[in-house]
Amino acid sequence: MSAGNGNGTSVLYDEVLDACAPWAHVVEPGCTLEIVDLEGNQAVDCILYNADDPAERYSAPDTITAQGNIFLRTGTQLLSNEGRPMMTIAATNCEYHDTIGGACSKESNALRYGFHTRHEHACVENFLLAHSWRGMGKRDMTSNINWFMNVPVEADGTLGIVDGISAPGLSVALRAHMRVLVVISNCPQVNNPCNGFDPTPVRLLVRR
Amino acid sequence: MDEQSDTSTTSAARDHARAQGARRVAHQPTVPARDATGVVDRSGAPVAGDRMLWDDVVPPGGVTSRVLPRGAVVRLTDLAGDACANVLAYNAGQPLERLNVADTVKVQWRAYLGAGSLLLSDMGRVLMTVLADTSGSHDALCGASNAHTNEARYGTGGVHGPHPNARDRFAVALAKHGLDRRDLVPNVNFFQGVTVADDGGLRFAGNAGGPGAFVELRAELPLVFAVATTPHVLDPRPDYTVGPLRVSAWQEAPTGRGDPEWSATPEGERAFLQTEEFVLTMEAAAGGAGAGGGA
Repeated sequence: MSAGNGNGTSVLYDEVLDACAPWAHVVEPGCTLEIVDLEGNQAVDCILYNADDPAERYSAPDTITAQGNIFLRTGTQLLSNEGRPMMTIAATNCEYHDTIGGACSKESNALRYGFHTRHEHACVENFLLAHSWRGMGKRDMTSNINWFMNVPVEADGTLGIVDGISAPGLSVALRAHMRVLVVISNCPQVNNPCNGFDPTPVRLLVRR
Repeated sequence: MDEQSDTSTTSAARDHARAQGARRVAHQPTVPARDATGVVDRSGAPVAGDRMLWDDVVPPGGVTSRVLPRGAVVRLTDLAGDACANVLAYNAGQPLERLNVADTVKVQWRAYLGAGSLLLSDMGRVLMTVLADTSGSHDALCGASNAHTNEARYGTGGVHGPHPNARDRFAVALAKHGLDRRDLVPNVNFFQGVTVADDGGLRFAGNAGGPGAFVELRAELPLVFAVATTPHVLDPRPDYTVGPLRVSAWQEAPTGRGDPEWSATPEGERAFLQTEEFVLTMEAAAGGAGAGGGA
């Protein structure tokens, strides 16, 4: 089911990321990162940084305006806030992915679901922890991608996170165009259907 | 300048410089703002001069920024019916807290901005409330131009040239408030709208409301507020085309518990409650050992 191309490549990294966990890894130019939704409908929140200048980072607005569409699909170029391609979706067998829904946080969970969720784990907590490993911080928070997450916009502008369109074993493969620091939060959200109300592990592979 | 001007000595140069002080151009601030003329609020009533905080007419492709107190009302006026107000806002007390467009659309279950919309921070609080809107065509998804996109579209993109880009406009304006490139987060755009089709396609809806259309925004926290006036990134016109923007601000009260905006939605009400608690905490801290964290 893997969407990566397996010919003449060597695997540099192959790990299963625990449910709800953070992750950060530098992917070199020409290498491919594959994210496998092992058990299905697991949102994987993701931010990209230029590893040599983290002030250059993934930009959802630049990415969606360049392609004229809010959904990320095979062929989508993931652009930086300077308008440069950081990675390309080389392959995915999930119909589309989200980039307008943002990352869950303790603060926004409190607004969306009530103050009773205030102490639940959230993606922004994961991102901030991963940033702390490299001397980065809240200032480095920015727009993100939600792999395997489904956020439709209706004709009247109503939008929301609805039931997923992923399935066990679906994946997305990203080819790097620069040295990219990929920061991931394996989304711990349990108050909406982005993880099927049951956060699960994902597999991460880097190939050269 | 006047060919007869004498600037050969410091004295003559000083006279020459001072003689310019009375000039007026179409795009400039009025200082003090209380001297601004023709400022009316959303009910059509003139705004008394002693409440005025800010009045600036920003040229196409320009930028302006200001620290605003809680309760300030900012009126953005689309003077010629073709403005594009690229807007960013930060909590002035702790600028690490800033506009989050994803939370803004997600928490309110709504991709489009209009009267009643809240501009939410990444800390679950309300930065600004849209009090009035006679345009109805705005955008919270597409961000703003950078040097690369403007160069691709118009041939040049630098802010020193004829096609200034929003990102560098913001970088410079916000540097004056101690912020840097890492603080440049996705913005919202007023007066040039975009809709999303069923297949996810973005459709440029352009301007609505015509000359004189306005949006009024109430600051719910002390803000660093910045607005650039560059063309919308999806504007299909081949030439760099955008109108001037008047930015006026005056003092009112922040949204309170009796106001309709406070309780319009359960999500918004919780955001107002968190905002109120932050303000009370910071005020108490300021009364003691100085401003504290307040997260």
